[in-house]
Amino acid sequence: MSTADDEREPVITGIGVVAPGGVGTKQFWELLTDGRTATRTISLFDATDFRSRIAAECDFDPAAEGLSPQEVRRMDRAAQFAVVAAREAMADSGLGPGLGGVDPGRIGVSIGSAVGCTTGLEEEYVVLSDGGRRWLLDPDYAVPQLYDYMVPSTMAVEVAWECGAEGPVSLTSTGCTAGIDSMGHGAQLIREGSADIVLAGATDAPLSPITVACFDAIRATSPNNTAPESASRPFDLHRDGFVLGEGAAVMVLETKAAARRRGARGYARISGFARRSNAFHMTGLKPDGREMAEAIASALDEAEAPAGDVDYINAHGSGTRQNDRHETAAFKRSLGERAREVPVSSIKSMIGHSLGAIGSIEVAASALALHHQVVPPTANLSTPDPECDLDYVPVTAREHPMNAVLSVGSGFGGFQSAMFLRRAEAL
Amino acid sequence: MTAAVVTGIGVVAPNGVGTENYWRSVLAGRSGVRPLTRFDAGGYPVRVAGEVTEFDAAEHVPSRLRVQTDRWTQLAFHAADMALTDAGADPSEFPEYDMAVLTSSSSGGTEFGQHEIERLWSQGSRYVTAYQSIAWFYAATTGQLSIRHGMRGPCGVVCTEQAGGLDATGRTRRLLADGGARFVLTGGTDASLCPYGVTAQSANGLLSDSDDPDRGFQPFAATAGGYVPGEGGAILVAESAEAAEARGAERVYGRITGYAATFDPRPGGRDADGGSRLRKAAEQALADAGLEPAEIDVVFADASGDPERDRLESMALDRLFGPRGVPVTAPKTMTGRLYGGGAALDVATALLSIRDGVIPPTINVPALAPGCDLDLVRDEPRPASLRNALILARGHGGFNAALVISRAH
Repeated sequence: MSTADDEREPVITGIGVVAPGGVGTKQFWELLTDGRTATRTISLFDATDFRSRIAAECDFDPAAEGLSPQEVRRMDRAAQFAVVAAREAMADSGLGPGLGGVDPGRIGVSIGSAVGCTTGLEEEYVVLSDGGRRWLLDPDYAVPQLYDYMVPSTMAVEVAWECGAEGPVSLTSTGCTAGIDSMGHGAQLIREGSADIVLAGATDAPLSPITVACFDAIRATSPNNTAPESASRPFDLHRDGFVLGEGAAVMVLETKAAARRRGARGYARISGFARRSNAFHMTGLKPDGREMAEAIASALDEAEAPAGDVDYINAHGSGTRQNDRHETAAFKRSLGERAREVPVSSIKSMIGHSLGAIGSIEVAASALALHHQVVPPTANLSTPDPECDLDYVPVTAREHPMNAVLSVGSGFGGFQSAMFLRRAEAL
Repeated sequence: MTAAVVTGIGVVAPNGVGTENYWRSVLAGRSGVRPLTRFDAGGYPVRVAGEVTEFDAAEHVPSRLRVQTDRWTQLAFHAADMALTDAGADPSEFPEYDMAVLTSSSSGGTEFGQHEIERLWSQGSRYVTAYQSIAWFYAATTGQLSIRHGMRGPCGVVCTEQAGGLDATGRTRRLLADGGARFVLTGGTDASLCPYGVTAQSANGLLSDSDDPDRGFQPFAATAGGYVPGEGGAILVAESAEAAEARGAERVYGRITGYAATFDPRPGGRDADGGSRLRKAAEQALADAGLEPAEIDVVFADASGDPERDRLESMALDRLFGPRGVPVTAPKTMTGRLYGGGAALDVATALLSIRDGVIPPTINVPALAPGCDLDLVRDEPRPASLRNALILARGHGGFNAALVISRAH
């Protein structure tokens, strides 16, 4: 990497999180480092008739989070999460809502989401069809914001309005890797010079009947309805599927040079990012982890980092039988012996799997891990699975010196993504 | 920067399935906008649309894939097959990680989703099929194309409504230039002409309520009153110039030479003039291509059909090119606006224009509106030697994108 390239390396200088267990980055990090779980019986709707009746829900009061009545009416729950997270990230960066007077044309937005405004779409469908009774709908009952729900890109619009962006703005929707891919795209905008500041992140609020039902149908979610708080069990022998979650994370990215100039606090530098696809199956994974390993190797390659530079792996760790085995194989395949030497953990054990949002939430957790030099644990890991034989940091957070972290994601469609983050204490 | 070239085109449009079918229709001014037939739209505010009537999924998509996909993805399967055949390329001959799929999606598998949500609410959660989890979401088309053609490189999905086709093509160019991939399926499709899709679209306030297929979409016209929705789009094969040359590609339609995206200020906010941001996108795309405005020989306009938005686009073009400074066209008047597929189809159309040296017409614009004093190519195709084309697109909420394509050397 040339010196000029290095000066444009993207740095995370502000973090905003809306996650189960508490709104705000501080609450999020406390939950993770305490090893508490936020999974519980679904309260957002009556899930009595569903196979999986558990989820990690956000206790989110939009008015208490500062959204105006019109903002609440206009935005779907997922968009509300994104806006609240964006506001926190801007405040946390020290730039504030105006982003330090930066030319609006140099501000970009890159938001990810797997299922967009699915909650709003389902609620309005129920009204338009009068309870699902008819294929032909009653357009007279269409609310003005219905089209905003239909096109998920409006969530990026809302964030752009928040930060005054007039540069490149987009939504990335690669299913459950959307949140890493949107961060990767944001980092690319900074690196290539298309923007000087980017708000990057992801949001999803999938806890509505249709989403819960579709994962019921393929038995991907945990049916452990009697013990919801310990139902998300990544890497545990008794894992039986993922637990759905919701939330958002948005981060302020800027160039290393700009961050240094204003004396900003840097949480982490985004040094490498890569994606691969398995071209195998929309939901199935081959046990060998080949394409995820390729994504990891490619991300490290971009960062010019040998495997030995990885000090912690923030895993996808969804808690399905096939994922955790697939991923373990991918780490060994890409990192060799290093995979056995470093801690690996899944925060989905505590906050569930929020589809596209989780990728950004996990990047936020990785940046916070670097900043605090603490590895969050894998909760509920009490019975090791012989097929998952790495150090998954069971139950208790761990102080651990780290210069770099690898965060990975895997999703429907066969998408595999990896991001390599370096410490940014000294810019 | 390594040049990105387009070597294959697959079109699924309301006025023609198959590139040459479509192109013949466009040059003849033949429209695919007709009364809606996919459902009884009698009680709907929108009753005409650009339906793709020549496409029979049973003929083009294997039954195993048909059951697990929405029509939007099925259209893309067929368009991708045609594009690959056109390119004369066999994906199995490329290294697997050098191939990628990067598509635009505006609203995902709307019709499939409506069927499943209806099952849920009328019958119960156990009646939702296993395929809902993979058919409805916005990434379904990219994922399915990646699997079908063994493309294991850096795939992506961009959602910026009608601007998405340009964003996907622009990102594809970057991917090819950086060496992240050598062979990419890009573009996009859309198929939201089901009750829920049309109901939602009609809530955006920009659709025409005319029953007359010839009066529903008249961009830049004094009689403009909204747009007509449509379905379909295009999938393109884009390659690095080296890859195309190395495999002896039969034809190069053109090069993707410039791209930029901007965003409008918040409505009612500071300097809330969307026209200036659209112009900025065009200027940046030209700068990216290393071209002066005088080197652009045709503009494929976004052509909203909303009088105010038409005026803003006209003003942007006027400032950039001077009064009537460049021929402008909107063949989308023959298809309606195709959302995630619209700008992709414009890219395909622009490439065909450059190939044949002819600007396709805009139809149904009897007289230009005041403030839209454009050199709009109307009713008849106009022969012209075309070196470079500028394509503009705007997505709901404030997205602007501009793409420059250039004649192959």
